[in-house]
Amino acid sequence: MSDRETVVELDGRRNVPTHALSERAGAVAASKGVRVAGLCKSFSTQPVLRGVDLDVPVGSFTAILGPSGSGKTTLLRILAGFDRMDAGSVVIGGQVMEDGRRFVRPQRRGIGYVPQEGALFPHLTVADNVGFGVPRRERKGMAHLVEMVGLTGLERRYPHQLSGGQQQRVALARALAIQPKVVLLDEPFSSLDASLRDGVRRDVAHILAEANATTILVTHDQDEALGLADQIAVLNEGCIVATADPRSLYGDPSDLAAAVLIGDANVMAAEMRGGRASSVLGTVDVAPQAGTREGSVQLLLRPEQLVLHVEPEDGRVKATVVEMQYHGHDALVRVAIASPGAPVFSARVPGDLALTQGQAVWVTLRGPGRVWTHR
Amino acid sequence: MTLAAAEVAPPRKFRPRRRRGRTRSTGLFLVSLLVALILLLPLAFLLVEAQGVGVQTVASLINRPLTLHLFWNTVRLAVVVTALCAVLGTGTAWLVERTDLPGRRVWAVLLVVPLAIPDFVVSFSWSSLSTAVTGYWGAVLVMTLSIYPLVYLPVAASLRNADPAQEEVAHGLGAGRLRTFWRITVGQARVAILGGCLLVVLVLLAEYGAFEILGYQTFTTEIFTEFSQAFNVAAASALSLVLVALGLVVLAGESLARGRGRVNRVDRMAQHRTDRLRLGRWTGIVLLALLALVLLALGLPVGSAIYWWVAGAQHVLDGVSILSAAGHTALYGACAGAVATLMALPVGILAIRYDGRLRRMLERSTYLVLAMPGLVIALALAYFSEQYGGGLWYQTAPMLVLAYAIMFFPLALVGVRASVAQAPAGLENVAQSLGQGRLAVLWRVTRPLVGPGLAAAFCLVFLSVVTELTATLILVPTGVQTLATQFWSYQQNLAYGQAAPFALLMIAIAAVPSYVLGRFFDRLPARAAAS
Repeated sequence: MSDRETVVELDGRRNVPTHALSERAGAVAASKGVRVAGLCKSFSTQPVLRGVDLDVPVGSFTAILGPSGSGKTTLLRILAGFDRMDAGSVVIGGQVMEDGRRFVRPQRRGIGYVPQEGALFPHLTVADNVGFGVPRRERKGMAHLVEMVGLTGLERRYPHQLSGGQQQRVALARALAIQPKVVLLDEPFSSLDASLRDGVRRDVAHILAEANATTILVTHDQDEALGLADQIAVLNEGCIVATADPRSLYGDPSDLAAAVLIGDANVMAAEMRGGRASSVLGTVDVAPQAGTREGSVQLLLRPEQLVLHVEPEDGRVKATVVEMQYHGHDALVRVAIASPGAPVFSARVPGDLALTQGQAVWVTLRGPGRVWTHR
Repeated sequence: MTLAAAEVAPPRKFRPRRRRGRTRSTGLFLVSLLVALILLLPLAFLLVEAQGVGVQTVASLINRPLTLHLFWNTVRLAVVVTALCAVLGTGTAWLVERTDLPGRRVWAVLLVVPLAIPDFVVSFSWSSLSTAVTGYWGAVLVMTLSIYPLVYLPVAASLRNADPAQEEVAHGLGAGRLRTFWRITVGQARVAILGGCLLVVLVLLAEYGAFEILGYQTFTTEIFTEFSQAFNVAAASALSLVLVALGLVVLAGESLARGRGRVNRVDRMAQHRTDRLRLGRWTGIVLLALLALVLLALGLPVGSAIYWWVAGAQHVLDGVSILSAAGHTALYGACAGAVATLMALPVGILAIRYDGRLRRMLERSTYLVLAMPGLVIALALAYFSEQYGGGLWYQTAPMLVLAYAIMFFPLALVGVRASVAQAPAGLENVAQSLGQGRLAVLWRVTRPLVGPGLAAAFCLVFLSVVTELTATLILVPTGVQTLATQFWSYQQNLAYGQAAPFALLMIAIAAVPSYVLGRFFDRLPARAAAS
């Protein structure tokens, strides 16, 4: 029960600045969350995970973000105990689940696993699905869970009689019913209609917060990760390339590969001189990163950092609108600058700025940019 | 090709889910390998047999005018019957699935039931009513009427599952009705039509009873005669080689023709009912034609059997004999069903759950059984047990059951594959993570999901055994009669009145469950049906 108390103390965590949260959670129960160290896994000769280190504090909502084929699902399946790893260790809730010597079988791990598309048992009703992992005499107590996921009245339905979103919520209730130490979500929203996805996402986040569950979400959708998680681990080619809260990952990334995976990014060659970076788009301040570099670097600018003007002025770089993606509140504009061989850049502009394709615009930059020296 | 766009290859790094965990499949693989070896036993026996006879002798036995005559008879029958079945099966399937034909549900049943009537019973019915039904045209008539549902069934299923939006798109692109029907509707059903035609040809190659009654000579009837009347093992095995080679050519041809074509649908959820084609003033003619077809294919065989039964009722009906024959049939059917299902289980699990080149080769090798007519399988087993087993197993129940299990393995595999697909590994994983041990998962998740499909696989084999004649005649234990063999011996003595009740009982046993089974496989989601 001490788990519960720890978690209660952390209630309301989603409003707490995330830096503060991870410090507190780390201090209170570093050993109670999920700790993965040096995890390696290959299929036949192809390495999928090459030394993954991951720390998930108790009560946190961690998203593992990576493109398809980056090994996300493999990582999740190893955490759940469905696949064996080649090397490394997994500790969940202070208990060693797998290392070189020990292996705890999935049914003894106390993990709530929500796979893609829910994977409800098609031959069982909603109530029986939710109560599946619970001893028979305790199944009566599942009513509050069904209520929590908003499915009261549908207990006797079968999975095929439910909508995709409802199925997903049943799967969540089923996972929560065993009072898991950790809830693992494997791209749970990717099979839903775009129109449905936001609502279900919000519901799920709300339910998980209410249940005080430590959650690991695997996704390739950066909006999902940025919107739901209070910690994001970026997985690329079998390695965690960055772990941070969403705000610093987007605004102040430590790794260029991670930065490009999160959000739209303009990466260009630049020349550092006196703390400012000059590129084809002009000169911009850079963030005070460790050590002031001189010489050629790679400069990262988010689309918000490119400001488009319709009037020329000194210091503005001329460009042509190539493409516009109108989103209503804002628009993502692709612009090409006049200099030969120059790439196309993305800029985010307010939705009311009317631009047409082929129109000339002038670019200024807003700091601070991030720079990395060439590898 | 717009279809190609929807089939864009997944990103290079994408890895199909089912390849995961292949490390644990070694045991399964070995068991499947054993099954594949058992299935290939008859083929191996046949080759050993031919070897024993001597290459020279075999060559001279094949190099006879008789072989050419049999080949011509087999081919001209196969071509015409297959073409007729393709037209009848596709046409009726299209009428039932895509037009506003009145009474579609009833037609859907009536058009399939003829398949459940054993071919040799149909043949008996026709030839007992009219001596004109004989020879080539008799064989064309009888076989077309009894096996066109082999084309109807897959084509109807594929039309039902195909995306009607494709037809709408074709219309939208300016294609007229005929062009749309030819390019899109037939195109969608192409794989199904080919698959159905393959089955038709294989049945024709294997059929013995019907042709024997009609006096039409094919490889199968000749092999049977050589073996059981002339006791000429050398000639029988030489002809068997040719027959199996024919079967293999047909199998290979079908898989070539099938090519890479796939029935693709972007999103199953987007399926919607489109308006069926209105038959309008054609309705009456179409109804009459269908009625005529059903009367000929279903009404006549059943009616004829009833007629002979009533006409022969003055004979004393030996109640004991029919009961004991039915008992033996049921016993062999049940054993064969169980054995075939058990054999198909590891192969089916391997096929659905794991991926890999070896696995695919292994699964394909089991399909070679399709090219082995029951007669050849029975002969190979019989010959081998006599030659190397000291006749120990010849004409014993286990040998008969083994022959059935090998013959009907492909049927069992269809059922097992479908049922294993009902229980994806993901569900078992979830159950495990919910705290359930292996046995509990097996009992609470796998059993309820897989059970019905396994039962269906068992029943498919059981029903096939009930109506099997050729292998039974050769391998049935001495002094034992099954429904089929008893029917056969009465029929051969022209005791139609006594044969009729056996025919009716076989029809009754086979027809009703066939219908139920058909419904079962229809209701399975598409992922299970995809092969």
